[in-house]
Amino acid sequence: MSPLLFWIFAAIMLVFGGMVVIHRNPVASALSLVVSFLALAALFVSLDAYFIGVIQILVYAGAVMVLFLFIIMLLDLKAELRRRPNLPAVCGGFVVIFLFIVAIAEVSFRFQGGDASFQPIAQGPQGDIWHVGMILFQRYNIALQVVGTLILVASIGVVVLSKRELK
Amino acid sequence: MPYIVARPKLNFSEKAYLPAIFSGLGITLRHFLDILSGKKKVTMQYPEEKWDAKLPAHYRGAPTLVTDEYGRERCVACQLCEFICPPRAITIHPGEIPLENRWRKVEKFPQEFEIDMIRCIYCGLCEEVCPEQAIFLRKDYAITGLTRKEMVHDKKKLYEMGGVMTGLVNKWNDKK
Amino acid sequence: MMHLLLFALISLIKTIGLIFVIILPMVSYTVYAERRVSAMIQDRLGPNRVGIPLTLFGFQKDIPFFGLVQPIADAVKLLLKEDFTPNHVNKFYYCLAPACAMAPSMMALAVIPFGSQLWGEPMVVANVNIGVLWVFAVSSLGVYGIVLAGWSSNSKYPFLGGIRSSSQMISYELSLALSVIPIFMICGTLNLPEIVRYQTVHGWLISPIWLNGISLFPPSINGQEIMRSFDFLKFLLWIPLFISFIVFTISMFAETNRLPFDLPEAETELVGGYHTEYSSMKFALFFLGEYAAMIVGSAVIVTLFFGGWHVPFLPTTLVDPYTFWGVILGLIHIAAFFFKVALLLFFFIWVRWTLPRFRYDQLMRLGWYFFIEIALVNVFIVAVILPFMRR
Repeated sequence: MSPLLFWIFAAIMLVFGGMVVIHRNPVASALSLVVSFLALAALFVSLDAYFIGVIQILVYAGAVMVLFLFIIMLLDLKAELRRRPNLPAVCGGFVVIFLFIVAIAEVSFRFQGGDASFQPIAQGPQGDIWHVGMILFQRYNIALQVVGTLILVASIGVVVLSKRELK
Repeated sequence: MPYIVARPKLNFSEKAYLPAIFSGLGITLRHFLDILSGKKKVTMQYPEEKWDAKLPAHYRGAPTLVTDEYGRERCVACQLCEFICPPRAITIHPGEIPLENRWRKVEKFPQEFEIDMIRCIYCGLCEEVCPEQAIFLRKDYAITGLTRKEMVHDKKKLYEMGGVMTGLVNKWNDKK
Repeated sequence: MMHLLLFALISLIKTIGLIFVIILPMVSYTVYAERRVSAMIQDRLGPNRVGIPLTLFGFQKDIPFFGLVQPIADAVKLLLKEDFTPNHVNKFYYCLAPACAMAPSMMALAVIPFGSQLWGEPMVVANVNIGVLWVFAVSSLGVYGIVLAGWSSNSKYPFLGGIRSSSQMISYELSLALSVIPIFMICGTLNLPEIVRYQTVHGWLISPIWLNGISLFPPSINGQEIMRSFDFLKFLLWIPLFISFIVFTISMFAETNRLPFDLPEAETELVGGYHTEYSSMKFALFFLGEYAAMIVGSAVIVTLFFGGWHVPFLPTTLVDPYTFWGVILGLIHIAAFFFKVALLLFFFIWVRWTLPRFRYDQLMRLGWYFFIEIALVNVFIVAVILPFMRR
């Protein structure tokens, strides 16, 4: 993938990420986040990580954000009112941004491997899904099972709680 | 006092939906194939096939004026039909029959008789109310026109469509 | 550079050929087929008049042509209608929604192999390893069109339609994705062209009667191997696959908002559901988007269960695809694929005019209580069988 496409998608992602915060209408914010996710998925695809890219769309853009939107619509959230910014909050915000930029600069200047080129992982007929599966089910098998059990317990808990609510 | 309807107990095949769904699919497929193969024919293809021949005698088509066997126009311009017409489709301009005419004693005739076929609702009240049996609803149903003016049937057109109607009561002939 | 340009050109030709030459006409003729079939099921005839209008040029009679020109008349009607935008809508999202409804189904077509090959070029726009995941991912984006339409219309019925649609699609995406996992476990790949190739060797997954059966034993001319491939294990995997076919097909009905699951646009309760406030071409985009989603759904079912472009008793490839007969074979495969899609579309229409609409709680019950459990158990059964068969 050419660097041009990388810049385009990175720009889309950042711009729409910013829109999530800037927009006053909650639906517009949620949709901006969806576009941001799509651009992020495109970046994953550019790294030959098709599986992660598609899962990004399927899970985040296709399911999680639909639920978000669903809830926003059901609650009928109105656009936020424009308030006068108060000085301490603005100053605090700038401090946080400054610290964040410093942290990123620190990391990126320290990072030596940025110039090195790596072997593409997803080679061979199986592609990246095979690799992801192998790593998940061999190296991190126990962790995966634990997480799976945790999610199962959580979903059973939700069912029990919602049933109790009904009575 | 509410009336509680007992829910029927469903057996397994009814609960599983599928047998009912498949029998339903079978019914619709049979209808589809019957029509597709031409085995069953319900629709009449209108402009090519018409049901004119099967129209009943009492069919209420376009209202028309008739003449009798003497060639006399039966309408006496009493304006009852104009009065009763629910959508006010009929307009009559009465005139006086001149003295030298054979039918002098009838006294009135319609100078102009217009039925606006855009307004007409084919109710047949004009036919029913007419004391002279002059207006009849015929079997014409495809009344079309490109302008509003064309859709107003004047006297000439009405007599053209109505034609001659014989065997009616002729009350003006006998008493001289 | 030249290579890249050639690749881009070939992809462009394939995309345009697929979408504009095959799919969009197919969409409009599916609408026509829907009207004709529904009419015949109800003992009517349907649109059979619109043909070549010779009377416009002073001839006595038109050529009716079974009404096959009807879609063009419909399109002209929809394009020329007034595009009315109500005053109370959220303009930007109101205009965005129809595009969001139409685009995903077109995008999902990219990974579906609609033919074997022509001049050595595989007949699939993007031959990627994630295959069917891409279809699910993109079609899950289709819900945005409906939800946005419901929300931006700013009135009750569209809103209810949008809410219903979003919860329905999320619910059925689960069983849709879970039900096809057995296929990937058996074929060992997510790549759709590879799955079709597997079916050309082992028989269609819906009915592996001819060919080798879904036995996983390598096909061989060795007598012993053939004897082994005829044992009962050959059809053992067919049972879970048939279950997954039924679950997948029914979930596809729900996912494409077709009756008996068309609750988002239930005319009798919600006026028109999410497209109540739309008119003209914006409405047409929703309408066409629904049918395009139907075609994509049928194409996925054909690819996964009905052997894709495979024609039984016909060679899958000739030695040289560049000869005349090679090209003819490629064209036959494309035709076979779309023939199967058309048959499934007929099934979609047939079901629509047979079954009444489900109630909303029934729909949710079916999805959450039955299909997800059935699909999960199905995955488990295949997982139990597979180690014995692999040996």
